[in-house]
Amino acid sequence: MALLQIAEPGQSAAPHEHKLAVGIDLGTTNSLVATVRSGLAVVLNDELGRSLLPSVVRYDADGSVQVGFEPQKRQAQDPKNTIASVKRFMGRGRHDIAHLESIPYDFVDAPGMVKLRTVAGVKSPIEVSAEILKALRVRAEAALAGELVGAVITVPAYFDDAQRQATKDAAKLAGINVLRLLNEPTAAAIAYGLDNAAEGVYAVYDLGGGTFDISILLLSKGVFEVLAAGGDSALGGDDFDHRIFCWILEEAKVSPLSSGDSRLLLTRAREAKEYLTYHAEAPITARLSTGELVDLTLTTEIFNEITQTLVMKTIQPVKKALRDAGLSASDIKGVVMVGGATRMPQIQRAVGEYFRREPLNNLDPDKVVAIGAATQANLLAGNRAAGDDWLLLDVIPLSLGLETMGGIVEKVIPRNSTIPSARAQEFTTFKDGQTAMAIHVVQGERELVSDCRSLARFELRGIPPMVAGAARIRVTFQVDADGLLAVSAREMTSGVEASVTVKPSYGLSDDEIASMLKDSMAHAKDDAFMRALRETQVEAERLIEAVQAAMSQDGELLSDDERGRVERAITKLQAAVAGDNRRHLTLAMDDLEAETKEFAARRMDKSIKKALAGRRVDELGNGLEAKGERA
Amino acid sequence: MTITLTEKAAKHVANYIAKRGKGVGLRLGVRTSGCSGMAYKLEFADELSPDDITFQSHGVTVLVDPKSLPYLEGTELDYAREGLNEGFKFNNPNVKDACGCGESFNV
Repeated sequence: MALLQIAEPGQSAAPHEHKLAVGIDLGTTNSLVATVRSGLAVVLNDELGRSLLPSVVRYDADGSVQVGFEPQKRQAQDPKNTIASVKRFMGRGRHDIAHLESIPYDFVDAPGMVKLRTVAGVKSPIEVSAEILKALRVRAEAALAGELVGAVITVPAYFDDAQRQATKDAAKLAGINVLRLLNEPTAAAIAYGLDNAAEGVYAVYDLGGGTFDISILLLSKGVFEVLAAGGDSALGGDDFDHRIFCWILEEAKVSPLSSGDSRLLLTRAREAKEYLTYHAEAPITARLSTGELVDLTLTTEIFNEITQTLVMKTIQPVKKALRDAGLSASDIKGVVMVGGATRMPQIQRAVGEYFRREPLNNLDPDKVVAIGAATQANLLAGNRAAGDDWLLLDVIPLSLGLETMGGIVEKVIPRNSTIPSARAQEFTTFKDGQTAMAIHVVQGERELVSDCRSLARFELRGIPPMVAGAARIRVTFQVDADGLLAVSAREMTSGVEASVTVKPSYGLSDDEIASMLKDSMAHAKDDAFMRALRETQVEAERLIEAVQAAMSQDGELLSDDERGRVERAITKLQAAVAGDNRRHLTLAMDDLEAETKEFAARRMDKSIKKALAGRRVDELGNGLEAKGERA
Repeated sequence: MTITLTEKAAKHVANYIAKRGKGVGLRLGVRTSGCSGMAYKLEFADELSPDDITFQSHGVTVLVDPKSLPYLEGTELDYAREGLNEGFKFNNPNVKDACGCGESFNV
């Protein structure tokens, strides 16, 4: 008999139609999977009741793959085939990875992303991550007794498009449908229900085993926006263990140590650190292989003293992130603590003192990201309670648009639009008989293409020849839930189509986004002027084009004198187009229009005469009527 | 006749309702769908409707609509763990046969 979960009122699923969705915290050191059961987000444990899955993958010569605790334990024995912290290589080229030479893996340089040579063949970071995700999927499907509809996977806020795409690819490879990638700090904020809290700015302080991240989030209308992110990729709980380890060596006056003794003392150090979270002092005893006995007591005071510099090292990036966001500590409405290392009382105290408020810490800091992801997955899968109609949305950080004549940006999706988002706009041809159109996709807030960031270019070919302005080209911008952009163009009468998906290597860091935004504000006035100038220039070019076409067609309608005047007006206008004086330009345009007024009237007469020639009046009546009906 | 919860089930229900922050009890019911005729309904209840028949079991209020009651009479709701999976289980004496998975049944 199937095991059932309690649904929200009116939401009981039909048999076999339970929408099973999970949240996955794909971490550098450890990963977790969580789901919502009977309205409550819970982390799913393995058979032994362990919630964490070490993000370690081991490849064997026979092709078998192990993930988790077993490979983690045997890491030292077979470092080349035991891949840990693969998240650091996701979507990264060789030059992107710091200290590559000190990492024990056999790297293979591949275009775009490094690969690792193992006994089971060359593996990309995507394949390694997929093994971790697969293990989590198997765990989730066993725990939920069914197939997953999809998963929300968390990524660091600073992950660029390439890293996000790599994460999505890994999920696909693991057979997981990604409902959405979610920023880790946003997930933590959701776990604390901040998405339903008051609007304002929140900080997420994430001190994990080996990395430290600080994110400043702005919540408005249920949408989280990352204002600034920072951190230290080589600072974490492990460093605190190491400080205690060094203290033990000093106090016990033991050295040098065998590697077994080092491991033993590091373990004792970690245990003492954890013990001090709830006690004033921690006993440390160990019998070394040399027979020496280590027997010490670590007090909270000493622990605080030897780790004070580490604590301060986390506050520096916090200050910087606030500065980047243009805020001060007093602007922060709440601080969320994430990562096991934030259990340490001195961390809680330092963060509390800096922000002058009690940090949010009543959820398990190891699980908070996975729990937020599960909450989001449950909503995205459609398991929504009545009246619970909010949906967390991320936003597009910079406007997306395309280049139009004159190098002007036409914004198609404005900044801060919620994603997923799709918008279409119609464009037309500029010249008679134009059969191709270049589409240049740009990102940014400025009015001119040259000041924005170029994302992609493609061409729409095979437009049937028509007069300028008759073709209808529908350009659709589509940003999926993960912020990846697809642009397609379609000529509506003939149906010819072309499209492009923006290459993920164009990711921008938050810093770059911030500076692009600042620029757009600083240059708002210049930009508006330039845009008006360019628009007038394009208008003038169009006029010249039209007059020249008319002259070659109906030149006999002009006397030599008239033709000379029109030609002079054209030359004058051409000179004005090349300059940057908008007033001269409009005057020259007015001149040309005045000179050609009579010419236009004569052309009109000529074409009417042509249409009427040789036709009876009653025929014309019918013809006009038929035309009227059609219109 | 009555509908009951095992002590374990009641503990879980009480916990879920407390964490959810609202709700007057647990609604049980059946509806006619599924591969074998009927399917169970198991939901939080935010309000009592006038027709509801209520039962008290280990401190939890159980609500059943009168149309569902004949199919559920004598049912005991248990909380069970099967491997990694866990959830609620209907021990319903009225069931004659169920589909393979037990999510729908006949009386």
